[in-house]
Amino acid sequence: MNALEPGLGSKLISTGAEWDFELLETYDRAIADIAINEYKLDIFPNQIEVIASEQMLDAYASLGLPIGYPHWSYGKEFIRNEQMYRKGQRGLAYEIVINSNPCIAYLMEENSLPMQALVIAHACYGHNSFFKGNYLFRQWTNADAIIDYMVFSRNYVMKCEERYGHEAVEATLDSCHALMSHGVDRYRQPTPLSADEERLRQREREEYARTQYDDIWRTLPSKGAGKGGKPGAEPNYPPEPQENLLYFIEKHAPKLEPWQREIVRIVRKMAQYFYPQGMTKVMNEGWATFWHYTLLNRLFDKGLVDDGFMLEVLSSHTNVIAQRGFDQRGYGGINPYALGFAMMTDIRRICENPTQEDRDWFPDIAGGDWLKVMDFAMRNYKDESFIGQFLSPKLIRELHLFAIADHEDDEHLLVDSIHNEQGYRRVRQLLSHQYNRDGQVPDIQVTRYDHRGDRSLTLAHRRHRGRPLDDSSSSEVLKHLSRLWGFNVRLQTIDDNGKVLEQRETRA
Amino acid sequence: MSIVIDRRLNDRNKSAVNRERFLRRYKEQIRKSVGDLISKRSITDMDRGGDVNIPTKDIGEPTFHHGQGGDREMVLPGNRKFNRGDKLQRPDGGGGGGGSGDGEGGGDSSQDDFVFSLSREEFMNLFFDDLELPHLIRNAVGDVREYKMQRAGYTPSGVPANLSVARSLRQAMARRIAIGAPLRREMQALKAAEVPADDEIAELQRRLDRIPFLDEFDLRYRHRVKVPLPISRAVMFCLMDVSASMTEAKKDLAKRFFTLLYLFLSRKYQRVELVFIRHTDNAQEVDEQGFFHDQQSGGTVVLSALKLMQEIAVARYPSDAWNIYGAQVSDGDAFGADPEKSRAFMNEQLLPLSRYFAYIEVPDDPMRTSPLSYAYQRIESDKFAMSTVTSKGDVYPVLRELFKREAA
Repeated sequence: MNALEPGLGSKLISTGAEWDFELLETYDRAIADIAINEYKLDIFPNQIEVIASEQMLDAYASLGLPIGYPHWSYGKEFIRNEQMYRKGQRGLAYEIVINSNPCIAYLMEENSLPMQALVIAHACYGHNSFFKGNYLFRQWTNADAIIDYMVFSRNYVMKCEERYGHEAVEATLDSCHALMSHGVDRYRQPTPLSADEERLRQREREEYARTQYDDIWRTLPSKGAGKGGKPGAEPNYPPEPQENLLYFIEKHAPKLEPWQREIVRIVRKMAQYFYPQGMTKVMNEGWATFWHYTLLNRLFDKGLVDDGFMLEVLSSHTNVIAQRGFDQRGYGGINPYALGFAMMTDIRRICENPTQEDRDWFPDIAGGDWLKVMDFAMRNYKDESFIGQFLSPKLIRELHLFAIADHEDDEHLLVDSIHNEQGYRRVRQLLSHQYNRDGQVPDIQVTRYDHRGDRSLTLAHRRHRGRPLDDSSSSEVLKHLSRLWGFNVRLQTIDDNGKVLEQRETRA
Repeated sequence: MSIVIDRRLNDRNKSAVNRERFLRRYKEQIRKSVGDLISKRSITDMDRGGDVNIPTKDIGEPTFHHGQGGDREMVLPGNRKFNRGDKLQRPDGGGGGGGSGDGEGGGDSSQDDFVFSLSREEFMNLFFDDLELPHLIRNAVGDVREYKMQRAGYTPSGVPANLSVARSLRQAMARRIAIGAPLRREMQALKAAEVPADDEIAELQRRLDRIPFLDEFDLRYRHRVKVPLPISRAVMFCLMDVSASMTEAKKDLAKRFFTLLYLFLSRKYQRVELVFIRHTDNAQEVDEQGFFHDQQSGGTVVLSALKLMQEIAVARYPSDAWNIYGAQVSDGDAFGADPEKSRAFMNEQLLPLSRYFAYIEVPDDPMRTSPLSYAYQRIESDKFAMSTVTSKGDVYPVLRELFKREAA
């Protein structure tokens, strides 16, 4: 890193589009120097792997992980991608980065040197620092262990296939995959007590009971004695509704074989691993895009790269952050790269050149130190809260954001608010809600497990704002659920007042 | 801080196992799709991969998600003309435009079919599965060609048995001349001098002597390469009764039968020509399209087709230059003296010309012996095979004898 003292900085690292391994390392060092020493990014060590496009297709199919258990759905994904790639309908993403320690990033062999530098800056410094810093990733993923865990799960699944047959394993995996979105913990559960602690508490309780003992209490008439305890008043189990269906199945399903339980656990772990990524798509991509843009521009300012390099970088950067209007061809929803990059850049602008509007809206960050503000935002927010906090009126104007209300009993769609003074807060609030996972994933919880009776499982779908479950796929999922559970499974739909609206039941 | 690793040499086909699982899981749908392809394709075109499609709903993975209905708001970009309070028509199909509320950028679910291509191998395997071909035969038909070793010059490496002595020595001599030339030139110069410098000459001589007579890199070996061995050429006569009683299903069976025979022949012979003869009460030579798809009306005279085959064979495919194969499909109806005459004609005229003649019958009622098969049953020749076929699995046994004999 010391080779790039300012004195030597006026020299170009290289020219032209050809890359070799030495050049990659040189560029990586140059970018690292800026990222770490100038912008104080905190990163995992990087492991940059150069792969061919077929290997990229492989990596795509297995959810971006370098290794995974075999399953037909990955084959489907692979075929789909391969087909689209062959026909030229889709280029390959130029990078895949894995949230692990060391952070693994894939570079594609076909890319030109500027693209490789862009990917290094994007993945190895952008995403990498996000993985290391963001609270959701810190809380829910264990970067040190994920690769080892995937190796374990692959071996375990393959061993099960040998022992119990492909069909049985595939059926279990299918059922687990169907429930994957309901297999994550959103709140930390207290760590279970160790046996020692358990014994200690037990002793404390006994001791307490002993010290509190007084024969006088015996003489008090007991409260419910006259009515005689109702036999039906058995406490409901589980005492609190459980939202992690896979966890509940893993722990309580009456009929699962031990190996099936382990498979449920593997899928649950995977779902949990991907949980933060789904919650931070905009921030994560925005952060990485902001950094590749900033780092490479800095490289250019230092005179390390030439105009041609920068033009190629900018051209693909522009493609990445393109946002089409809702009525334009090829509109595919809000582009997380575009929104994220715009917001990140906007935060920097608010810090560096605040307008009066910014001072009114963001009094605590306007004119502040942009590095600190962005670092704070990156560490402590997810998409929902990030947008709720940092989307500025200026951006709403630039993106021409508007909100449409789709209400069931209204024959028309209604334009709820647009980018004007009355609408800013409402648009921001609604966009933030749009990234709320609760709005996307139906609220389904285990309410009752009749473990003394017919062992049936009752789930409650709490309907929010009248939005129903998709009928056909729900009954499919219920079938999967009852396959895992082994006994009857009921799904009750409950409205906001707790009234049961409908009930689906699958008999095992 | 960073490590750069070259992984390009790692295994590239990591997803092959997943792909294969996918194919296995949806075998039924894929087979159906392949079936459609087979009926659309020409016989000579069967021998390659193809695009198959599976209805998307069959391969979906269900999850709990929201359906249509209820209240919600969406935020979209790119407003140009709307103001607060504007009312819009709902777009068709309910929902609402972008589907930006779907979370994971959905929208893909609206595609109708999942289309992808099968490799030639996968395609052929499904085709053979359909016909319930035994594996040994798959190889005979599907893949393995015969090879012969052919000389292809010389190589610097090989086994001792292939050592070419003359070549090696020639190589050695060339090397000795080339390496020694400057030395000899120098020596000549020294010798020609007034006072020959004996020491230097002796030194040069020693150096010349040290040039080895034969060195390892002089060795040359005869090089041999495997070349696929085309045997010769064949003509395949496809005969079919196309009277109204031949339904599409029967023709489909027929097509599979012809295809199998064609595949077998095209592996065995460098060049295979197809002649399509259809007949009702008189026979016609037609192209493949007309053969399989035109509906004709009229009676049935089998003999006419056999006669036409014989005429064409004699006129265009002399049996000393062509291997003649015949394949006939019929529902077995024949009237009057026709079956007997056909049998006699077959026995006396056609079989002597042909290498093999296979007849399959696709009857309406498999329990009944049709007039034609009653007659054909009495043909005693190992060149002739016949069978009644009611399902695709029955096709192969007709050709079993042929494969057994010729594939060996």
